[in-house]
Amino acid sequence: MNALHAEWTKARTVAGPGALLLAAAALTAVVGVVAANATSCPGQACSVDPAKVSLTGLYLGQAVVAIIAVNAVSGEYSTGMMRLTLAATPRRWRVLAAKAAVVGTATLAAGAVAVLASVLAGSVLLARHGIDPAHGYEALSLGQGAVLRATAGSVLYLGLVALLGLGVAAMIRDSAVAIGTVLGLLYLFPIVAGLVGNPPLQRHLDQVSPMTAGLYIQATTNLSTLPLAPWQGLGVLAAWAAGALLAGGLLLRWRDA
Amino acid sequence: MTAIAPYRSELGTGRDGFTQLLRAEWTKFRSVRGWVIGMLIGGLLIVGIGVLTGSNSECSVQPGPDSPSQACPAPPTGPEGGWVSDSFYLVRQPLAGNGGITARVTSLTGLYSTHGGLAAAGGSATAGMIPGVQPWSKAGIMIKASTAQGSAYAAMMVTGTHGVRMQWDFTHDLAGLAGKVSASAPRWLRLARSGDAISGYDSADGVHWTLVGTARLTGFPATAQGGLFAATPGYTKISTSLGGSSSTGGPALATGAFDHVSREGSWPAAGWTGQAIKAPADTALPASAQGFTQAGGRLTVSGSGDVAPATGGGGLSSVEQTLTGTFLGLIVMVVIGVMFMTAEYRRGLIRTTLTASPRRGRVLAAKAVVLAGVTFVTGLIAVAIAIPVGERLLHENGNPILPMPALTEARIAVGTAALLAVTAVLALAVGTLMRRSAGAVTAVIAGVVLPYLLAILGGVLPAGAQEWLVRVTPAAGFAIQQSNQQYDQVIATYNPANGFFPLAPWAGFAVLCAWAAAALALAAYALRRRDV
Repeated sequence: MNALHAEWTKARTVAGPGALLLAAAALTAVVGVVAANATSCPGQACSVDPAKVSLTGLYLGQAVVAIIAVNAVSGEYSTGMMRLTLAATPRRWRVLAAKAAVVGTATLAAGAVAVLASVLAGSVLLARHGIDPAHGYEALSLGQGAVLRATAGSVLYLGLVALLGLGVAAMIRDSAVAIGTVLGLLYLFPIVAGLVGNPPLQRHLDQVSPMTAGLYIQATTNLSTLPLAPWQGLGVLAAWAAGALLAGGLLLRWRDA
Repeated sequence: MTAIAPYRSELGTGRDGFTQLLRAEWTKFRSVRGWVIGMLIGGLLIVGIGVLTGSNSECSVQPGPDSPSQACPAPPTGPEGGWVSDSFYLVRQPLAGNGGITARVTSLTGLYSTHGGLAAAGGSATAGMIPGVQPWSKAGIMIKASTAQGSAYAAMMVTGTHGVRMQWDFTHDLAGLAGKVSASAPRWLRLARSGDAISGYDSADGVHWTLVGTARLTGFPATAQGGLFAATPGYTKISTSLGGSSSTGGPALATGAFDHVSREGSWPAAGWTGQAIKAPADTALPASAQGFTQAGGRLTVSGSGDVAPATGGGGLSSVEQTLTGTFLGLIVMVVIGVMFMTAEYRRGLIRTTLTASPRRGRVLAAKAVVLAGVTFVTGLIAVAIAIPVGERLLHENGNPILPMPALTEARIAVGTAALLAVTAVLALAVGTLMRRSAGAVTAVIAGVVLPYLLAILGGVLPAGAQEWLVRVTPAAGFAIQQSNQQYDQVIATYNPANGFFPLAPWAGFAVLCAWAAAALALAAYALRRRDV
């Protein structure tokens, strides 16, 4: 409990995390609004997934979330604070768990605000552009089971990205290398998958890619064409996050600080 | 009282030229083991992913139900070395030496299907097809070196919606008379050969002729094939709404009606020979649908296929596929570029650096030069290995690879190395501005890699926004890697996912350079104005 309180105090009393959290929420919502505003489908029926369009902001927002998570660990190593932290809480697993709880909860809170704002803005903007039930599209309202799943899942997605960042930073310690690794894990799988000219390999890459699979949770149309079911996809990201936390925790235990 | 001479060190004045600064920065770089290893890893990733893509892309076709699968056949190669589509129906006679052909076209009609499937066996080949011409349906006159696919040619033609055109050797396209051809507005076409030059003329009345253009076909054989032709690419519908752009379509047939056919020069007296020019395996439309009829002075020619450059994409491999690893290498080099500056701030070394060299702009310049040099050389070595090895593997796995001039290949190799170097300098500048590693790395990756990702990813952004992203963001620099060319006379999905960028290779690279230069200028300004 004390470890949790300590982590909360550390996060609360420096300007960085709070400002970054605000930036993550704002960027997520703004990109979502811009994407929804740019989407229209005059005349013909096109395969717009309203939930996915409104939540485009996650592609950028997750990068800021990753910074927050990486800094929560790497920041302590770069200033030498880590030695003090571990002297105060010698049970190192507990330190990592407390960090995960604080960063994860904060991300979930900010993510919930950003995702809800995105979905609300999307429902207004897309309806204005003729993408509404009257034109044969799914309504973008939280009453719909699939939309609710996409919304809640997107919040969880951001939380899992934070945990992935935390685990990777605990492994790597240096902030530049850690953030490069996290963003590489997130962004490079879909690029490589998009460029290989081999459909089965492409499908496998999509199935293990933390971002591609994780974002299946946003899909509300054509679910049968996805390589994984939405919750399975989020499970892939959860597995990556758990793996990173486990490896980070073990290294934290075994290594000198 | 004796004057006290001020103390002077016996050491000579140190030189503080730019060379010394370069040397200092180079020493800093090479003596940090992590950065050197990082650079090596970046280079290895570029090679490794190229090998991985090459060895995992297999392409094979089964010519018959019982025959073993073979490597995918490459499209025919045109006289200029690029891939071409060369299937059409030609009604021909040999033309020896100089001469020409003139014809009046009175109509161009067509049939098409909106879906891929052909009529069931037993029915006519065109059963169920809808009347209508495609934008680039073609009918006209042609002088071609031989009946082999990909041989040199020059042609005058009427088209579906693009008026009269003169085209030669697949890539060249000139506009003649505008407007649609019809019985009330016929089009007269003439081709005249004189040595290696073939001139195309058009006329609305057969009296007043206008020169459209002159094609110089070097090495054109003395005896060529001249005659009438018809061709049409299949029906293509490109939806450029959300989810990027996708194309659907079906086969098509074009029919041109000719009269007043006259010939100048030494032609044989015998009648016309009709022939479908196509690859043996080409089954786009059964040969039975193509053909020609002759009644009185009137000829009608029906053909399918296209006489145009092949634009790659659609399962055809190009050299970019061997460079997929660029993105991985790029991220590693961005991290190193940022750290090259932020590490100085974190360790406090920057105070020593700026004391030793108080002209701060020069410190930044020296860092940029060293970093750019190291990344360029690493990138160039990696690319020089990845391209030939990747191409060889692709080739062994049966993938035909888009042929390209050596100059284009050199541009792609050197351009990729330059892309890495300029991005690393951008990272250095952003690192100087932000002084924090995590933020700077994220800013550069979100500026360079994320826009490209959103531009190739289907189902996220509308096509217009995708194109805009690779036009104005630093991701425009990836245009330097494109080997495919866009042609106005071929309808295809020209989007980044298929390897087509809205900007020309060097223009896109210039956008990235402009970003790097602006960031470097801002960084120099901030470095001079700030306390360390």
